[in-house]
Amino acid sequence: MASLNALVLVCLAYVALLFLVAFVADRKASQGHRAKWLRSPLIYTLSLSIYCTAWTFYGAVGYAARSGLEFITIYLGPTLVMIGWWWGLRKLVRIGRSQRVTSIADLISARYGKSNTLAICVTILAVIGVTPYIALQLQSITLSFSTFAEADPARHLNETTTVFWVAAGLAVFAILFGTRNLNANERHHGVVTAVALEAVVKLLALLAVGIFVVWGLSDGVSDTMARIDASQIGQWQMRADRWATITFLAAAAFVCLPRMFQVMVVENEDERHLRTAAWAFPLYLLLMSLFVVPIAAIGLELLPQGSNPDLFVLTLPLSQGRDGLAMLAFLGGFSSATSMVIVAAMALSTMVSNHIVMPIWLRSQGEGASVSGDVRNVVLLSRRVSIAAIMALGYFYYRYSGQGAALAAIGLISFAGIAQILPALVGGLFWRGATRSGALTGLTIGFVLWLYTMLLPTLGGGLLPDSVLSNGLFGLSWLRPQALFGIEGLDPTVHAVMWSMMLNTAAFCIVSLVTFPSPMERLQGAQFVNVFEHSHGPRGWTGQVAQSEDLMIMSQRILGAGEAQEFFQSEASRQGSPGDLPEPTPAFLERLERELSGSVGAAASHAMVGQIAGGSSVSVEDLLAVADETAQMLEYSNQLELQSAELARTARQLSETNEKLTQISQQKDDFLSQVSHELRTPMTSIRAFSEILRDVEGRSEDENKRYASIIHDEALRLTRLLNDLLDLSVLESGKVSLNMTAGSLAEVLDHAVSTALAGSENPLLVHRQSLSETVRISSDLDRLAQVFINVIANAQKYCDAKVPEINIVVTRARGRLRIDFVDNGSGIPVASQQMIFEKFSRVSPEKAGGAGLGLAICREIMQRLGGDVRYLTGHPGGAFRVTLPMNTDLAA
Amino acid sequence: MGGDLHMGRHVVLIEDEPNIIEAIRFLLTRDGWTVDAHSDGSDAVEVIKAAKPDLVILDLMLPGKSGMEIIKDLRDEESLRNLPVLMLTARGQARDRDMAEKAGVSRFMTKPFSNTEVLAAVRDLHAQANQG
Repeated sequence: MASLNALVLVCLAYVALLFLVAFVADRKASQGHRAKWLRSPLIYTLSLSIYCTAWTFYGAVGYAARSGLEFITIYLGPTLVMIGWWWGLRKLVRIGRSQRVTSIADLISARYGKSNTLAICVTILAVIGVTPYIALQLQSITLSFSTFAEADPARHLNETTTVFWVAAGLAVFAILFGTRNLNANERHHGVVTAVALEAVVKLLALLAVGIFVVWGLSDGVSDTMARIDASQIGQWQMRADRWATITFLAAAAFVCLPRMFQVMVVENEDERHLRTAAWAFPLYLLLMSLFVVPIAAIGLELLPQGSNPDLFVLTLPLSQGRDGLAMLAFLGGFSSATSMVIVAAMALSTMVSNHIVMPIWLRSQGEGASVSGDVRNVVLLSRRVSIAAIMALGYFYYRYSGQGAALAAIGLISFAGIAQILPALVGGLFWRGATRSGALTGLTIGFVLWLYTMLLPTLGGGLLPDSVLSNGLFGLSWLRPQALFGIEGLDPTVHAVMWSMMLNTAAFCIVSLVTFPSPMERLQGAQFVNVFEHSHGPRGWTGQVAQSEDLMIMSQRILGAGEAQEFFQSEASRQGSPGDLPEPTPAFLERLERELSGSVGAAASHAMVGQIAGGSSVSVEDLLAVADETAQMLEYSNQLELQSAELARTARQLSETNEKLTQISQQKDDFLSQVSHELRTPMTSIRAFSEILRDVEGRSEDENKRYASIIHDEALRLTRLLNDLLDLSVLESGKVSLNMTAGSLAEVLDHAVSTALAGSENPLLVHRQSLSETVRISSDLDRLAQVFINVIANAQKYCDAKVPEINIVVTRARGRLRIDFVDNGSGIPVASQQMIFEKFSRVSPEKAGGAGLGLAICREIMQRLGGDVRYLTGHPGGAFRVTLPMNTDLAA
Repeated sequence: MGGDLHMGRHVVLIEDEPNIIEAIRFLLTRDGWTVDAHSDGSDAVEVIKAAKPDLVILDLMLPGKSGMEIIKDLRDEESLRNLPVLMLTARGQARDRDMAEKAGVSRFMTKPFSNTEVLAAVRDLHAQANQG
C-alpha cells in the first residue's frame, strides 16, 4: 500500500522539479541564448496540451464509461481545428503577434476599435466560464488525494485543507513565473517549459496505465477488444446531434479558451511552430485517447459496482497493488490539473488586470499616473492580486457549490460559455463589416442565453427556482430554460448550444450590418482581415535578411546606391555581422530612420521604415480610405463651420456697413444741406439786388454802384466757395497730386504773409524770426503756403486786439519742424477749439468771409504732406501750430 | 385807411447776412414799412417783444439761437401768438418747412427769393392779420 506520506513527498518533489525547470528556462530566455530544444516546435506543441486537463485525464475514462465513444468528440474538435483550420489559426497567431495582443479579450477589443467595453465583457464571460473549470481541477486533485488516503487507513485527509494548500501553491507558482516581468510580448518561457514537461508526464502516465491495462490486466489487444464489446460501452448508441454539438464546442473552446489563446497565440515564438503542431498535436491527442476505452471497460469490469469511473485511471492500478503506476497516474492527473490552473489563472489575470483593474486605477490616479514610472509596478501588483483573486474564486466555488456535479458536465458548460466568443472572433478575422455593436450584442445575447439555459439549470445551486425550470420565466412556457420557444425533446446541451450560438451569431451579423463602424474599427478591421497582405511571412521574424534587403533597396532609392551601401556596411560592421547587411535591430532601424529623414522628412521616413520593418503596418489603401473618410467628414464639418462663421461675419459686416452707410448718408445730408445753405446765401443777395436793379426805378447813381458791387462781391464769394468745395473734395478723395519741391521755409512764409495781407485795410503786424526760418524744406510748397495763408488770414479776420499782431515762431523737435502762429487777440473759446477744423464751422459769423471750409482744407493738406495743423492751447490769443516732417538732408 | 395801414407797417427782420438785410430793407422801405433789423438770434425774442412789430421776418440759421427756437418761443407768448411771421431760409428742404409750419410760422419761403414774392407775402400776411 502506497502511503500518503510518500505521495505527498513525491508530489512536493515533482513541484520542486517544475519550479526548477521553469526557473532555468526563464533564466536562459532572459539571457538570450536559449538552448535549441527550448525553441523547438515540440515545446509549443506540448504546451498546447493544457487543453487536456484533469477532465480529459480522469474524466475521459468516466465519460467513456457513461456515454461510450462520445468522449472522442472532446478530442475530435481540436483535431479538426488543427488539421482543417490551421490556416485560420495561423491568421490568429499572425494578428496576435502584429497587434501585440495579450489575451483573447485584448484581441476582441483590438479588432473592434480597441473597445474596452468589449474587453470587459469578454473578461467577465471568461471569468464566469472558467472559474468552475478551475474548481473542477482543484476537485480532481483532492479526489485523487482522497483516493490515496482511503487506501491508506493510517491517515485521515482533510479535503478542504488540501484544496486550500493546492490552490495556494498554484497561485504562488503562477505569480512567480507568470508575473516575473512585463514583457512587451507577454511570453513566459518558464511556465511554457514547465507546462511542456507536465504534458510529457501526463501522456506517459496515461500510456503507462493503458499499457498495463491492455497487456497486464488483459491478454493483449484482441482480448481487450472482446472485453470492451462485452461491457456496457459495447452497447453504446451514437447520437448525431450530441456528437456534432460537442465536437463543435470542443473546437470552439480550443480556439477561444483564455488559456488556449495564451499558449497558442500569446506564447507563440514562431509562426512555423504551428505547422508542426498541426500534425503533432492531433497525434498527442490520439495517444491520449488511445487507452481511454480499454481503461473504462476493464475498470467497469474489475472494480466494484458504484466505483467512480472518473477515477479509474487511479483506482485500477491501486486495486491491483501497483503503487508505482498509481503514483505516476496521480502525477499525470496532478500535471493536467496544475498546468491548466496555472495558465488559466495567468491568462485570466492578464485580462482582469488589463481591462478592469488598470483602467479603474488609471482613472483614479488622474492624468499624471500614466507618465510616472510606478505604472509598471502597479501592473505587476494588479496581475498578482488578480491571480490570487481568481484562485480564491475557484477555491470558494469548489467549497460552496458544484462538488456534486459530474466532471464532464462542468467541462461542457465551461466550453459552451467560452464558445460565445467565437462569432465575434471568427467574424472579426474574416469579415471587415463586423462592428463593435454587433460583437457586443452577440456576446451579450449569447452570454445571457448560456447563463439561462445551461449554467443556472445545472450549476445554479437553487439560483433558478424549480418553477422557472418547469414552467418558464414569468410562467411563460416558451421561456423554459431547457425548452426555449417550445422546442422540446432536445438534449439540454444541444438545446443550450443551439439557441445561444444561433442567436448570438444572428445578432452579431444583423447588428453589424445595420451599424456603421468607426474609423478606428475600420482601420483595425482591415488590419485583422488582411493581416497576411500587410505583414511578413514566417521568415520575417527569424530570418531577417529579407527585411534588411528590403530596407536596403528602399534606402538606395532615397539615399543613392553608394551612400546607402556605405551606410549599411558600416552598420553591419558595427554589429559585427560578416556580410554587408546588418540585422534589423531597433538601434539600427532608429539610425536608418534618422538617416532617411534627412532626405524625406521624419514622418515619411518613419512610415517607410515601419512599412518594411514594423510588421504591423496597414496598407496604404486602408490608411488612405480611413484618412479620406475622416478628411471628408472633417472637411464637411469644417465647411459647415466656415459657412456659419462666414454668415455671422457677413451679417456683422452688413450691419456695420449699414451703420456706416447710415452715418455717411447722414453726413452727406448734413453736408449737402450745409453746401446748399452756403450757396443760397450769396445767391439770395445776388438775386435780390439784381432784381432791384432790374425792376426798381428811380435809384441814385450811388445806389446803383453799391448794389452792383454787392452783387460782384457775392459772386466772388460764390466762386471762392465753389473753389474750396472742389479743393476739399479733391483732397478728401486722395486724388490730389502733390508737387514736392525743395525750398526755403522763409520764402514760403514771405509769400504767404504778403498774399494773406494783400489789399487789407487794417494790416496785421507780423513778427518773424528770420534766423530760425532759414530752413530748407521739401514739400508741396504751394499747398504749404495755402495753409499758412489760411492761418494768417484767419488771424487777420478774427484777431480782436486793438493793434492786431501775429508772432510766427519756428522750432524743431523730434525731427519735425513746428511753425507756430500766435496772435494777440482773445483766441478761440475752448468749446469751439475742437470743431474749428470741421467743415462749415465758423466761430464768428459776422466776420466770416468764407464758408468755413478753410481750416478743414488746411487739415487735409497737412495730412497729405505728412504733418498736421492744430489749435495750440495755453496761449491767451489765437494760436495755430503747423507741424512738418523735417528732411534732415535738406537742413541748411 | 392809408394812414392806418402806414401806422401798422412795422417789420422786425432777424437776419445775420448784411447784404440780405440791406436788400429787404430797401424793398420794404419803398413799400412803406419801417424795418428794424437784428442779426443775433439769442436776444431776438426780447427785441421783438419790445418792438411790438406788425410782422416778423425770420431767418432760420442764426447765430446764438436758431429761427426754429425763436418761433417756438414767440408762440409761447400770449401777446405774440398771432403775430405774422415770415420765415426765410437757405435750407429749403421739405423737412425744414414741415418743422417750421408745425412750430407756427405764418409763411415759409426759401432763399434765394423773388423780391415780388416777398413783398406779396408781407402784404398778404399783414392783410390777413388785420382782417382777423
